[in-house]
Order: sequence, then structure tokens, then C-alpha cells
Amino acid sequence: MTSLLRGCLRALTMLALSLLCVLPTAWAEENVGVDLMAQLQQFKDGSFDDKARIVAALESSGDERAIAILKSLLAGVLYYRKDDERVVIVKESDDAYQLTDVLNGESLGEAERRDVKKIPINNALRGQLRGALARLSLSHKNPAVRLEAVKEIIKDIDADSVPLLREALTKETDDKVLEAMRTGVAMMDVGSDDKAVRLTAIENLGDTLLPEARQHLQALVEPGGVSDADIRFAAAQALAQIESRRQVYDFLETVFFGLSLGSVLLLAAIGLAITFGVMGVINMAHGELMMLGAYTTYVVQLLMPNHIEYSLLVAVPAAFLVAGLTGIAIERGVIRFLYGRPLETLLATFGISLLLQQAVRSVFSPLNRSVETPAWMSGSLEINSALALTYNRLYIILFSLLVFVALLLILKKTSLGLQVRAVAQNRDMARAMGIRTQWVDALTFGLGSGIAGVAGVALSQLTNVGPNLGQAYIIDSFMVVVFGGVGNLWGTLVGALSLGVVNKFLEPWSGAVLAKILVLIFIILFIQKRPRGLFPQKGRAAEG
Amino acid sequence: MNSRKQISTLRCIVGAVALGMMSQWVQAADTIKVGILHSLSGTMAISETTLKDTMLMLIDEQNKKGGLLGKKLEAVVVDPASNWPLFAEKTRELISKDKVAAIFGCWTSVSRKSVLPVVEELNGLLFYPVQYEGEESSKNVFYTGAAPNQQAIPAVDYLMKDVGAKRWVLAGTDYVYPRTTNKILEAYLKAKGVKSEDIMINYTPFGHSDWQSIVSDIKKFGSQGKKTAVVSTINGDANVPFYKELANQGISAADIPVVAFSVGEEELSGIDTKPLVGHLAAWNYFMSVDAKENDAFIKQWHAFIKDKKRVTNDPMEAHYIGFNMWVKAVEKAKSTDTNKVVDAIVGVKVPNLTGGTAEMLPNHHITKPVLIGEIQDDGQFEVVSKTDKLVPGDAWSDFLPGSKDIEADWVKLKCGNYNTKTKKCSGQNF
Repeated sequence: MTSLLRGCLRALTMLALSLLCVLPTAWAEENVGVDLMAQLQQFKDGSFDDKARIVAALESSGDERAIAILKSLLAGVLYYRKDDERVVIVKESDDAYQLTDVLNGESLGEAERRDVKKIPINNALRGQLRGALARLSLSHKNPAVRLEAVKEIIKDIDADSVPLLREALTKETDDKVLEAMRTGVAMMDVGSDDKAVRLTAIENLGDTLLPEARQHLQALVEPGGVSDADIRFAAAQALAQIESRRQVYDFLETVFFGLSLGSVLLLAAIGLAITFGVMGVINMAHGELMMLGAYTTYVVQLLMPNHIEYSLLVAVPAAFLVAGLTGIAIERGVIRFLYGRPLETLLATFGISLLLQQAVRSVFSPLNRSVETPAWMSGSLEINSALALTYNRLYIILFSLLVFVALLLILKKTSLGLQVRAVAQNRDMARAMGIRTQWVDALTFGLGSGIAGVAGVALSQLTNVGPNLGQAYIIDSFMVVVFGGVGNLWGTLVGALSLGVVNKFLEPWSGAVLAKILVLIFIILFIQKRPRGLFPQKGRAAEG
Repeated sequence: MNSRKQISTLRCIVGAVALGMMSQWVQAADTIKVGILHSLSGTMAISETTLKDTMLMLIDEQNKKGGLLGKKLEAVVVDPASNWPLFAEKTRELISKDKVAAIFGCWTSVSRKSVLPVVEELNGLLFYPVQYEGEESSKNVFYTGAAPNQQAIPAVDYLMKDVGAKRWVLAGTDYVYPRTTNKILEAYLKAKGVKSEDIMINYTPFGHSDWQSIVSDIKKFGSQGKKTAVVSTINGDANVPFYKELANQGISAADIPVVAFSVGEEELSGIDTKPLVGHLAAWNYFMSVDAKENDAFIKQWHAFIKDKKRVTNDPMEAHYIGFNMWVKAVEKAKSTDTNKVVDAIVGVKVPNLTGGTAEMLPNHHITKPVLIGEIQDDGQFEVVSKTDKLVPGDAWSDFLPGSKDIEADWVKLKCGNYNTKTKKCSGQNF
């Protein structure tokens, strides 16, 4: 009913516009301006239904300014001034609002927060606005915009939009957009009266992975869908084709989720692989060192509010330094007196973890802090409509591998690494060879802690930055290190990634809570069988 | 684990000593004492500290007006440290040692359940300000937060009628409130003709941060052609990564709206709200509500807390209502005696902050309007739906087989758990 109405309205306005073209242009423009103005005035106190009507009218008005108005309404920057009820676009600057007239772009100076009132929109309106903007930008210069527009239209395709698509199809040059448009048209054509058209449409839909396409096909094969056996058969075949391809992508998606969880585990555990694995210190404050890294990110963002894009690049070395220095302080201040007494070390470091948590509570308040995600880390890399990899996870996988390789190089290729390994294997002998073991201990612990800080930067992009951040990861980190084999970095890598993948394959089948329990039970059983983990250290070092 | 216990006992001892010292030097003047039982440390401190401040502000305000029954009010603040058994100990201390006239406190259901036997044994008064799962009505407890029929059910109605949702994801944290609420909602949805294959229920641990596969499942569940909505009883911290993941996987509020029962202004103030715009929350109060009581309350709050950026939220309003009701009841009974106040308070009406009135009902719940709000980019809510009438709180849900026939009435029946079929009151309390 509404679509019919909208269609009528559009036709009428088309007619009106073509009439207007005949008239002197100046008069026409002014008139449209007045018309727009009148409609805009209704925006401010109309109900959501009224607003929906106005948006539809604006869309069909053909006025060039409509796009800008609809866009600013969607972005939530359309306000009205309380004293003269003029509708304005607002740009927020430090403490005041910069106003521009919505119709002629004239600057209206600044205003106080209280002088203007926002024109509220709701979800239904947001959906309508997106649709309207999509239809209006089908002929946009940029193919990416056109592609987005077509996708938006396809989401909620109706008989009205198809002529628009068909028309745009004839002018389209970009392959991707063309394909999307054809899919859109095919979605409508599956309901056509002509059998041949229907069959080609079904074939077309079988090639895409769009969930909407599947729905249209599903509707055909459902009992009571179509009676024609040929069409049913074709649709069923197309569906099967889609389904088998989707399964492959679902599998890939789960693997990606698993790897991403694994990479988080790896980041959390890799620092511990140094302090616990190489030095044998049970450091319960490891999680809090990650927390410090995350808070460093927060502080860095506070210091450079206008360069959020680069903040993470600055935060990584900063977090490494902060956490590393804290680690060295902990080692020099507490742990070095407790070497060889694991139980006391455990208690002391647990105490330090509480101290650090409370310190953060006192300095930053117990509330979580908001760390912003830079634009390049938001959204997802769309491979096709069945598989999209989120950027933040993608970057974190790469980042964790990078950290792993860097650590491996430090241990294998530098003289510090050589000394660390020497001390880990045989402290007395290393000392006899002239290595300052105390100095090496402090640096090793600092290295492990610094890496925990770097992990904190990554975690700040995934979870809450608050005083409890570390506690959530400490168990997981120990689990990974023990599972992978104490003292073996490769073990940590394999352990983390495989635990992540196993967890993600279990999750859909058992639920998140049970999946975690099952993984823990698996590790308990595994440790019974192989107490030294996946890759036990061999030779003399293993005795140590 | 052991050492943690040690630390909490240590904290408890220190707290008790400090408290003992405090109560000694204040006992001189003749005052009416009001107990404030909110965690000021531990995990729940995030939410509960604000409520302590709210109570201090309300008490301060009442004292400026000349106190109560000619006496000054005096706040006794204790810190149960997010430790459930400690809630019971602190309650015992407040009632038997400090002789408080009423206690305002608790946040989580488990803390309330821990306090319940103590207030009943010692015949104290507890005002509980948070939305909860229902299925309880005690003579000594007044529930000023929402019962499920004042939050969850209207929210589902809104999604069904105004958003047109046909498929439902009930996502929650794995503990008593989400489990009970989801049980009620599932029964309600089925009663409305929703098939079981159109309902997906999912529980996650506290503080869950890896939402990839769950969000991906929701996305798949929602791409079957019918409008899908998520009803979230996800608690606390876990919400932020959940909404972030939704945004990253490209699910906007227009595609799959999420209505949350545990996300309010306070929770939003710590996070980047851009990815959340358009998602919904159901409460009985929003800071953005245009009412003169609300403006006055916000102004008073900002003046008291000396920070213009602090937000107000639903449990604060519940304390505002609860405290004013208690004051009115004490004035009516001309006494702070528990039994007299319990009798006097039923039927008491006080203004709420959204321009209406709240009335204490015989089942010790109150009447509330139900508001549905959409999250805006400034961390506030835009009200998109409001019930026409005030909704009376229902202690026992009508949609659960066990509690359908149960009624709570402390005036006529003198019972919180009366079975209308067997005509029996099963025990004195819950």
C-alpha cells in the first residue's frame, strides 16, 4: 500500500518537475526552495511517521539538496534553532556548535548547546533514509558508492526499486556493480510470469552468496511456493549449490575465528613464555602488566586526541617501555629475593597484581576507560557476502605473529638472547663464563613484561580497558604455556593457535561456557599424559 | 584462591574496625539512621558507588528540609565489597548494632538473596533499587526496580509490534537473572505464537570478550528472511566487545536491533558509543526524559557530585522513589518502627522523575512507566516508545508454570507467596 502510494507520489512529482522545467528556472527553484523549507519545518515536531512521509517526499522531490539534507539527518547533525525554528546543520567544535543553513549552506555562526535541538530519528527512519540515499546515489560517480547503494537496495527490494535498477543497469560500466545489479533484478524476476525469465533469474541467483538471494530461492521451494516442477527443481539445485559453497566459507570463517582467538592467547602467553617458561618465575602479575599496556594506550590517546589513527603505533613502544620498566622494578624489588621458592614467588606476585590493580583504580577510577578504535581497524574485509574478516582481528593475528618472530630473533640472534638461554640452561656455568646473571635476569623479566604490555595494546582494541582486564587473561596464558611446553616458544605458538581453533569449533556445538570447560578438561587430561606439554625441552635444560 | 580469601577477611576486619570507630562518635546526637549497603570496592563498585552517592544526596536534601519527625537523618555507609556473604554480615551489623531504621542497598540478585534471610529474621527494611527477575516478595523488602513485566515484556512487545520482529535471539550472561528472564520471555513468545525454531538462546560467561562466532551465528540466524531482534541480558563489561563485534561484522541497528536490559547511561559513559547508535534499551527512566522533576534532579545531582558530566540512571531514580516513599510512610506512621512503616507504606504515592507518580503496591512492588530508548551518539537515549499507563509491578510472573497461580499481597493476605489454587500461603516469605 505504502509502496503504491510512494510510486504514485513519485510519478506525480516527476510530472510536476517536468512541468516546472518549462517554467522560468528562477521561479521554479525558488518554489522548490519554499516547498522544501515548508517540509523541513514539519521535521522538528512531527511524529516518526510524519518524518517518514517527509523523507519520502524529499526523496522524490528531485531537488539536489535533498541528498545533503537526508545525509545530515542520517548522520544526526540536523538540528533546529529554538528561537526561530530554522533547520540547521550543526558541526560540533570544542565547546559550541557551528551552524549552517541547511538550504543554502550559509553560515549562521555559533550557538550554545541549549539553543539548538536535535531532530531525533529512530531505526525505522534510519532504514528508510539509507534506502532513499541508496536510490538517489545509484548514479554516483564513485563505483564503490554505487555498489553500496545497490547492496542497500537489494536488502529490501521492492517493485519500485527494480525499474531504477534496470535503468541504472544499462548505464553501468563497473563489473562488480553490474553483477550486484543483475542479482537485484534477478531477485524480482524469480517472481515473473515468464518461465524462461524465471529460470535465468534462478540460475543467476545460484551464482551469488547473498543471503537475500537464498531467501528468494527458499520461498520458491517451500511448500506452497511454486507449482511448476521445472522451476522447483532449478531452485532446489541453485540452493544446493549455494549451500555447498556456504559450507566451505563457514568452515574458513570458523578457522579464522579460531586463529584470531589463538592469536590473542598467543599475545597474552608469549610474555609469560619468557618469564615463566625461560626463567621459571610464576608471575601472577603478568595480567596486570598487560593491563598497564592497555592503560598506556588510553593515555597515549589522551595525549594525541587529533591523531587517533597513529596512536596505536605510538602506544606499542610506549607500552613496551612502561610494562618493561615495571617488570624490571618488580624483578629487582621482589622476585630476585625469591628465586627457587616458587610458592613464595606466586604469593608475592599475586600481591603485586592486587597492588597494581588498586593503583590503577586510584589513578584512573574503577570505571572502564574508553579506548578508541582507529578507523583503519574498524569494519571488515569483505571477501564475498558469505565471508568477511574483521580488520581488528586480522591486524591482531598479523601483529601477534610479528611479535612472535621478533622475540624469536631476539632470543636466537642477539647476544642478550644467547646469554638468556645460557642462564636458563645452567646458571652456575653461565656465571663462570662471565655472564652477569643478575643483569640478565632483570633484562629477561623486563623483556617478558614489555611484551605483556604490547599485548595490552592489542587487547585494548578487543575488550574493556579496566582494572580487571588482566585477571581475565592470566589463566589462559598459563594454560597455553603449560600446554605448549614450558620453555619452548614454538610450543607456545602451536599451543595458542590450536587451543583457539579447537575452542571455536566446539563453541557452536556446545555453547561458549561448555566449550571453555571442555578445553580445560582436555588440557588436564593432556597434562596427565604428557606432563611437559606438547614440545617438552630435551636434554640437560629439562632437568633444571 | 586462598590468599584472596585471606585478603577479603583482612579487608573485612579493617572495615569493621573503621566502622566501629565511626559509630562510636556519632551515637551522641539523637538521629534516625539510614543504612547504605552498596559495594564500594570489588567488581560491582562500578555501578554501586553511584547509588551510595545518590543516597547521601537524598539524605542531605531531606536534612536541609528539616529532617524527619523532627530528627536529623544520618547515613551509615558500609562496604560489602562485592562479596555476597559479606552483604549478610553487614546487614546484621546495620540492623542489630547500628539500629538503622531502613537499609537502601544491594545490586545483584545474589546479594539480595543473601541479605533476605537476615532482614526477615531481624525484621528490618530493605529498599532494593535494581531491575530484577521477580519470583520474590518479602514482607521486609521493597522492590523499587522493575519486575520482568515492567521491563522485559514491554520491550518484547515493542519489538514485536513496532519493529515487526519475527525471530528472536535471547542472549545473556550465564547466571540467575538472565536465565529466569529468558525463561519468562521464551514462555511469553511461545504464547504469542512464535515457533521454537525462531528462538535462539545463548549464554556466555561473565566478562566474555570473544564474540566472533556468536555474532556470526546471530548474523546467520537473522539472514533467513524474517526480521530478527536480539534481547540482551548480557551483563556489565561483556556488552562493549559484543556491540563492537556487531559493528565490525556490519550488523547495524536497522538490520538486527538489540534491546538491552542492563545497559544504561552509566554503562555507556565509559565507552565509545558510535557503534551502538540505534540499539535499544528498556528502562523506567532515562536521563534525557523531558520533565521538570528530572531537570531538578539532574541539577541537584550535578551540584552534589560537583561534576557536570556525571549521568543519572534508572536505579538512581528507583532510590529517589524508594527514599521518598519511606519518608512519606514514616511521616504517616509517625514512627520508624518496621511494622508500622510496612503497614503505612502500601498505597503511598510519590512523584517519579518522568512526570508521573509511583505507587507502592500491596505486593511491595511499585507502578512504573516503561520507556524504550534508542542509543544516541552522545551516550544518551532517545525515547521511542512509552507505555500509556503506569505498569504495576508483578512479583510472580504469569508466564511461568510454577508461578502463574501465585500472588503476593501484604495487606489482605499477609503473604508473599499465596497459591490461589490451593488457597495456601507457602511459608512466610519467598
